[in-house]
Amino acid sequence: MGISTSDKPFLERVEEAKQDHFMQAAVAKAQDAQFIKRTQARREMGHWNEWRDLAAQIRQHVLTYLPDYLEEFAGNVEKKGGHVFFAQTEQEARDFITQLVQKKQAHKVVKSKSMVTTEIGIDKALRALPDVDVLESDLAEFILQEDNFDEPTHIVFPTLHKNRDQIKAEFEKLGYQGDNDPAHLARFVRGYLRDYFMEADFGITGCNFAIADQGMINLDTNEGNADITMAMPKTQVVVMGMERIVPSMKEAEVLANMLARSAVGQKLTTYCTFSGPKAAGEVDGPDDFWVVVVDNGRSKALGTDFEPILRCIRCGACLNVCPIYRHIGGKGYGSIYPGPVGKVLSPILGGYDQFGELPYACSLCAACTETCPVKIPLHELIRKHRIVEMDEQHRDHSMTNLILKMVGVGTGSPALFKSAMGMAHTASAPFSKPQTAQDVTGMYEGGKINHLPKAAPKLVHGWSDLRDIPTPPKKKENFRHWYKQHTPVDTAPVVKEREAKQDD
Amino acid sequence: MKKPRVCIFSTCMVDLLFPNVGQAMVEVLERLGCETVLPEQQVCCGQPTYNSGYAKGSQKTFKNEIDALLSMDADYIVGPSGSCIFMIKEYQDILKDDPVYGPRAKEVASKIYEFTQFIYRVLGVVDCGAELDATVTVHRSCHMTRLIGERTAPFVLIDHVKDLQRIPLEGVQFCCGFGGTFSAKHPETSGPMVDEKVEKIVDTKAEILVGTEEPCLMNIAGRMNRLGHKIKVMHIAEVLNHNVDPSRIKYLADTDEAVVPANGEGVF
Repeated sequence: MGISTSDKPFLERVEEAKQDHFMQAAVAKAQDAQFIKRTQARREMGHWNEWRDLAAQIRQHVLTYLPDYLEEFAGNVEKKGGHVFFAQTEQEARDFITQLVQKKQAHKVVKSKSMVTTEIGIDKALRALPDVDVLESDLAEFILQEDNFDEPTHIVFPTLHKNRDQIKAEFEKLGYQGDNDPAHLARFVRGYLRDYFMEADFGITGCNFAIADQGMINLDTNEGNADITMAMPKTQVVVMGMERIVPSMKEAEVLANMLARSAVGQKLTTYCTFSGPKAAGEVDGPDDFWVVVVDNGRSKALGTDFEPILRCIRCGACLNVCPIYRHIGGKGYGSIYPGPVGKVLSPILGGYDQFGELPYACSLCAACTETCPVKIPLHELIRKHRIVEMDEQHRDHSMTNLILKMVGVGTGSPALFKSAMGMAHTASAPFSKPQTAQDVTGMYEGGKINHLPKAAPKLVHGWSDLRDIPTPPKKKENFRHWYKQHTPVDTAPVVKEREAKQDD
Repeated sequence: MKKPRVCIFSTCMVDLLFPNVGQAMVEVLERLGCETVLPEQQVCCGQPTYNSGYAKGSQKTFKNEIDALLSMDADYIVGPSGSCIFMIKEYQDILKDDPVYGPRAKEVASKIYEFTQFIYRVLGVVDCGAELDATVTVHRSCHMTRLIGERTAPFVLIDHVKDLQRIPLEGVQFCCGFGGTFSAKHPETSGPMVDEKVEKIVDTKAEILVGTEEPCLMNIAGRMNRLGHKIKVMHIAEVLNHNVDPSRIKYLADTDEAVVPANGEGVF
């Protein structure tokens, strides 16, 4: 349960992911395709970075006044005849929903994909109830469910790791007899889902944005499954993370726009619905409408350095630009929230014992920070986690910890650094080999180190197992020495002329 | 006119491993009319420890670097690595509550420039007078483009080098997998990153790989050498210092070219 998807240690998961060449190729292809679509959709909008500023301000404003907005939202839901339940933990949320299903004597539950419902593990809890069927109606999530609850690879494209033949094989279990053409597969599953929808008596959706002053929720999908989930069953439960709120329709418009352009490179998703309890005179919609507001650890980030992560609108753009995600895919992270957002969010929601390794699996290249539509400084927050782990919790007791502490002392002292510069060549000489004609030029003229004794610390091996190292220059050939000896180069005549002109 | 006095921020990588890069940078700057000074007390920007989570253990490193770089009373501080320079720019936030070093960190941040950014944006030079008869491809710096916000200066300067032919690098936006201590702590994830980068570089068939950050080049070249791909690597300072004919040096103002914006916040 919870956000964890695996008990295996991080490096084991990474190794498994690296063996999945189809997944790696599919993720890379999707990243490259999204790069084009996303940048086009954003350029089309114009003033992208001003929109980002606005979106970040809206989200930050809501976080600052979160209790007030939640109160306003809950009041307005109730005014319209709906109900609100505040769940502090995933257990509370799960218990509340399962009890409601039992109270309503519902037998056919239909869901539309949402990260927070995965977070609270509602599917499995409901399935454990006698006489209750649960169907996930989002196509990709449906496929995963049919494949014995396979883990998703991406928060927006969960089945990125599956090809059409694998999907066909899953559908054959349900009676499909056609070929592997995606259009035929889709037609089959549409019929299958439609039959279930007609009988569903309990609907569960997520929530992209909750509109405080309207008591409405906004759902953005490309399949329309969330809309049917809201419209058909007599009882509907909306599960939302406590931070998913916007003040009014004005702000929802901005954010729905940013979301669609960032997530899938569209102006808006095909279905962008604002809904609530069935009002008098309306022909469809739930008679009983519940909103379950989930904290589940989110409030731990409020008021801390990590608060900006609660601005997240779950667009997944940070996954789509991340070079590490590109190679290990979503399963490598062991959390339902993968990629850069997952590296920040998972340790907050799930703790450092389980997710403490994630912030270190990052080169801090800042591609995530650059693409985030609500300007979350993702790479900075990843680094903040490292600081909490080392400076506050002292989690590393390995040789690496000792070496880095020594580096800290060495780089803080000009005298120590001076002796390091002086000794570097001599110290490395026993491991160094001369450059050969086959070597890369411009790097190993002073020699190379391509093999180190087994006894060398892991931090050194981590580098040298994959890459050759240039031999440091002799003391008399280092930069400081050269600088002291050198005669300054003559200023170029063009430059002198220009200086003279400026003096006139 | 008084010559601009430039404090050379050498970086620990240049001091420990790459004298050729520091030398090229100093020669280019002097040729372009700068008086250079090199503070002996400088050591390192502190990224190896700070980015690994040792904020407390990096304080002395930060303060020493501030003291060293301000000791020369220079007009500008210039270094050959956008990543180290951004770290130094971050001191003003990290030390903002320090009554002594807070203001000093601000002063350092206001004076410091990456090498190509300084040449193009401050000196206003578009052509350093270099010549390099070769095909090259350029690996750009993540921190220089995304954090300093300078996306274009290195490319403008490279494209003015005589006889040089630049081949675009596919997937230029992806990190090479260096990431400081990450590359050593996490070879499991850093490895596939550098392998993809190597593959893309080999695909260009360029004779020379040019970079603006020596550690990235050390990572990529180190992997290429291990895999047996022969190529030549050069830091951009070495390219701009190659076969220079000073009469070719040109200021932007003397050309009909428009200033290429840094495009700090692109749309990505």
